[in-house]
Amino acid sequence: MTLETSTITVREALRDAMAEEMRKDPLIFLMGEEVAEYQGAYKVSQGLLEEFGTKRVIDTPITEHGFAGLGVGAAFAGLKPIVEFMTFNFGMQAIDQIINSAAKTLYMSGGQMGCPIVFRGPNGAAKRVGAQHSQCYASWYAHCPGLKVIAPYDASDAKGLLKAAIRDPNPVIFLENEMLYGQAFPAPTGEDEVIPIGKARIVRSGKDVTITTFSLMVGVALQAAEQLASEGIDVEVIDLRTIRPLDEQTILQSVMKTNRLVTLEEGWGFAGIGSEISSLVMEQAFDYLDAPVKRVVGTDVPMPYAESLVKLTIPQVEWVIDAVKQVCYR
Amino acid sequence: MVTTVSQKTNSTVLKTVPMTQVELLKYYRDMLLIRRFEERSGQLYGMGLIAGFCHLYIGQEAVVVGIQAVLQPQDTVITAYRDHGHMLACDMDPKGVMAELTGRIGGYSKGKGGSMHMFSREKNFFGGHGIVGAQVPLGTGLAFAHKYRADGGICTIYMGDGAVNQGQVYEAFNMAALWKLPALYIIENNGYSMGTSIARHAAGQHLYERGIAYGIPGEEVDGMDVLAVKAAAEKAVQYVRETNSPMILEIKTYRYRGHSMSDPAKYRTKEEVDNMRQNFDPIERAKALLISEFSVAEETFSSIEKEIKEIVLESVEFAQTSPEPEASELMTDILINP
Repeated sequence: MTLETSTITVREALRDAMAEEMRKDPLIFLMGEEVAEYQGAYKVSQGLLEEFGTKRVIDTPITEHGFAGLGVGAAFAGLKPIVEFMTFNFGMQAIDQIINSAAKTLYMSGGQMGCPIVFRGPNGAAKRVGAQHSQCYASWYAHCPGLKVIAPYDASDAKGLLKAAIRDPNPVIFLENEMLYGQAFPAPTGEDEVIPIGKARIVRSGKDVTITTFSLMVGVALQAAEQLASEGIDVEVIDLRTIRPLDEQTILQSVMKTNRLVTLEEGWGFAGIGSEISSLVMEQAFDYLDAPVKRVVGTDVPMPYAESLVKLTIPQVEWVIDAVKQVCYR
Repeated sequence: MVTTVSQKTNSTVLKTVPMTQVELLKYYRDMLLIRRFEERSGQLYGMGLIAGFCHLYIGQEAVVVGIQAVLQPQDTVITAYRDHGHMLACDMDPKGVMAELTGRIGGYSKGKGGSMHMFSREKNFFGGHGIVGAQVPLGTGLAFAHKYRADGGICTIYMGDGAVNQGQVYEAFNMAALWKLPALYIIENNGYSMGTSIARHAAGQHLYERGIAYGIPGEEVDGMDVLAVKAAAEKAVQYVRETNSPMILEIKTYRYRGHSMSDPAKYRTKEEVDNMRQNFDPIERAKALLISEFSVAEETFSSIEKEIKEIVLESVEFAQTSPEPEASELMTDILINP
């Protein structure tokens, strides 16, 4: 079956996902800083105020801890909030409400208190915005039971996974990337193209080595794979799409086929997603490995401002190529 | 510290609040249930049947009983961790509360929550929260949902005096006032933020004024007098419901026990506690009023005492015989399967 597709940006895909779901379910509302009249700090919510009105598209004061908590309370009452953080860096103000209130209350209540809420916004580094505005929260949130964590790469996944996140009865952390907002990809036009949470995607199949990655770094991995192909190394790239629950089977099956693994992420390496995947493969596919797993991660420093230093901090295509060659003993 | 309260039972309130014997007897009974339930909780803690943190409500009973008396069934309630009294006042089953304290499957959270984390959707009780102040934005979200659905309900959000210095409380006040949310904030000022007296933790001693900057009206109430609480609550609830706007009640109260079971309360004198118990006890004051104003006979009190004793005993028995959760419960209720 071929889907009808059109080329849209990630920004439009996210907006369409919200609009389509909001048309179907009056309990869904969007709140956050500048989401309404300003049309979104990054224009993700463009047009939503005009269509859905002030009751359902709500500009908040700059008060992350407060409005995250308010959203969680509204979700306990059965509404379905989409809470936008202008960036996830600011969401750190609200991390207590996300973890202690949103993630844990279902358990603490013996299953009574569901919390159908989506926290979304850009995550990770943008272009030279300094240390406090450039951080990947994937491993922070993925650490916690009671949350689902999604980090899409292309427009199709952004749309289909955001729709799934909004429909999910659990708290979902939806990590977007500012650098991807303006990038265009083909995406299905159908309103029911929902992509299941918890399923990775093999975006490039290969036989020599596996790269696991997510979000913006999928593009970096694909570029590295192109160059490596010209040198005779056939790389398989897995876009994790969902960080928690992690699609362990897709990773393990790939490693059992290629016998080599490089993990790639923008965030710091210590206790990172690559560490988790390394453990998974060591525990469940140790005998299939022909080389130690190699992690490619953001450098262990606060994000610098100078362009020369940024290039030494965010994983570059060459770093991935080097890592792949190392695990291939080339 | 409650210093403004008359040492005598205050029948002036009775004259301003239309009150029947039946109503006052009900408040007396509800307060006594909390008192006796908490005394037993303390005993079970001492016996090792209740563990972890356990914050008793003894002394503060008039607050929640007076407030709950004027709420409607569609209204929602949320509080922090000194929550046993609130649950009983919300008409939750004492058996389920006590069994949660002992960590049994028959508890309100199937033994997964404990003293600080119980909930009842049926009774619109939304917890039971352990992070000081976090319940305030959450409750403001419940108020937001009342407005969103236009269901006529309000949310009553309890917090202690210790919570009023948390930043998120003011983030919530701002949004509640800005968006006109039906939120009634109840500050249960028992004089101590754990072991730090209000004089040492709060700049400006009038907590009811903490909403002034947001245009939120506030009022101070004698929390050792259930009729004063009920009278203030009646006005406040009407204001919140009719104007769809928040209000603050600072209710001056006192806890006789330590902050939690592990607190020897060395930050205050025995004389201070004895004075409150002997001269301001809300249950004794209600009883005195029932005798002086309604000539209620001693047999009535003893039959209430007997009824409550049975309820509490029944809850204790249930809490000891309900099984501990099976290992199969460990990994459930983490996520809802869509």
